[in-house]
Amino acid sequence: MANLRDIRRRIKSVKNTSQITRAMQLVAASKMKRAQDQALHGRPFAITLNRVINRLKERVDMDDPHPLLAEHGGGGKELVVVVNSDKGLCGGLNTNMLKALLADVGEDADYVTVGKKLAKSLARLKKNLVAEFSIPDPIGFGECKVISHFITEKFLAGEYSRVKVAFTNFVNTLRQVPTVETLLPISVVALGDKEDFAGMGQDKKWEAAEAEVKPLSDAGYIYEPTPGEVFSHALPMYINYQFYQMVLEARASEHSARMVAMKSATDNANQLAKDLTLEYNKVRQAAITNELLEITTAMKALE
Amino acid sequence: MPLHLEIVTPEAKVFADEVDSVVIPGIDGEAGLLPSHAPLVTTIQPGELRYTKGGQEEYLALGEGFVEISSDAVAVITDLAASEAEIDEVTVEEAMARAHATLEDPGDHSAEELASVQASIQKSMAQLRVKRRRRSL
Repeated sequence: MANLRDIRRRIKSVKNTSQITRAMQLVAASKMKRAQDQALHGRPFAITLNRVINRLKERVDMDDPHPLLAEHGGGGKELVVVVNSDKGLCGGLNTNMLKALLADVGEDADYVTVGKKLAKSLARLKKNLVAEFSIPDPIGFGECKVISHFITEKFLAGEYSRVKVAFTNFVNTLRQVPTVETLLPISVVALGDKEDFAGMGQDKKWEAAEAEVKPLSDAGYIYEPTPGEVFSHALPMYINYQFYQMVLEARASEHSARMVAMKSATDNANQLAKDLTLEYNKVRQAAITNELLEITTAMKALE
Repeated sequence: MPLHLEIVTPEAKVFADEVDSVVIPGIDGEAGLLPSHAPLVTTIQPGELRYTKGGQEEYLALGEGFVEISSDAVAVITDLAASEAEIDEVTVEEAMARAHATLEDPGDHSAEELASVQASIQKSMAQLRVKRRRRSL
């Protein structure tokens, strides 16, 4: 049986831990609210943008497309932008992302990281890191724009055939799905979810809200003033906002995952403290009983 | 047949409803759209958007972006869309004054930053036009 002082010390340390995780949980919860709102409000814009651009793309003359619409050069090489978190303690978020990456992305791809955690893991796996970025909270559009400019330039220079973005799609507080989507050349992107809560928990599969691309039956679009001008205005805007939304999704996922992880850590710590207290009381009672026993034996001996 | 108008900004889906007609601030001037319009894509400049629904005319101030028209649906994708009630004249004027000050004294701002300041002045002017229209009527 463990001694009293040891147990007391353990109870104290477990309680301290639970205080820390509880504080982190509360911080994550307030950040989560803001990040989720930001992600959910931005979603209709990104989805509409994606739908419209892809509908336009279907009708574009592919013999002479806008440079952002088609692959050119790069010899099949891919650039993958990995959006992950700067800090740990967010459950399996980054591990799941890494797993999805290794499953979906070819061997010789180059990487750009947004967030410090996976930069380390990718370096350990001897992947080729081109650049490392870090976006602080709250996410600013300007900071994302810098990164999307960077990758657009790399793509236009013909260094890569495709630019993919790996981010964690935010479904709800308990569910985040690691996703790898192609940003360049422009293609259909799945964001968020279209799951309704009525069927939750049954065999309903998670399905991302893919922008619906309905083909037009009639002739192509009229462009005003010219296709070139419309595209050179709309496509950079598309890339900036699409990437921004992906970062928003990832950030909402990160804070949700951290909140949930910290909540379960707090719950576990509390449970442990409870068990230890019970153990402590048992040991103390045993000691008292022992003492009484000794006193009464001693008295009996004196009689 | 009504026209389905959808206006989205990065912050929210501002408007989605059936309307009778829309006038958009196209890059080459205003363009009126009625149902059964041919598929069209155009960039827009900061200005005002008018739509009529049941004889009632409404105004919105728009920022930069573009418009896609296809089979009785109009999708307006822009970085700003504010209705008359949402625009606070004082705030907008202050923002505009700040922007003008930046332009007069560029300091170490890059050309790109100055261009975005220029754009924000245009957006402010569009908002003020929408706000003041109601008063002059």
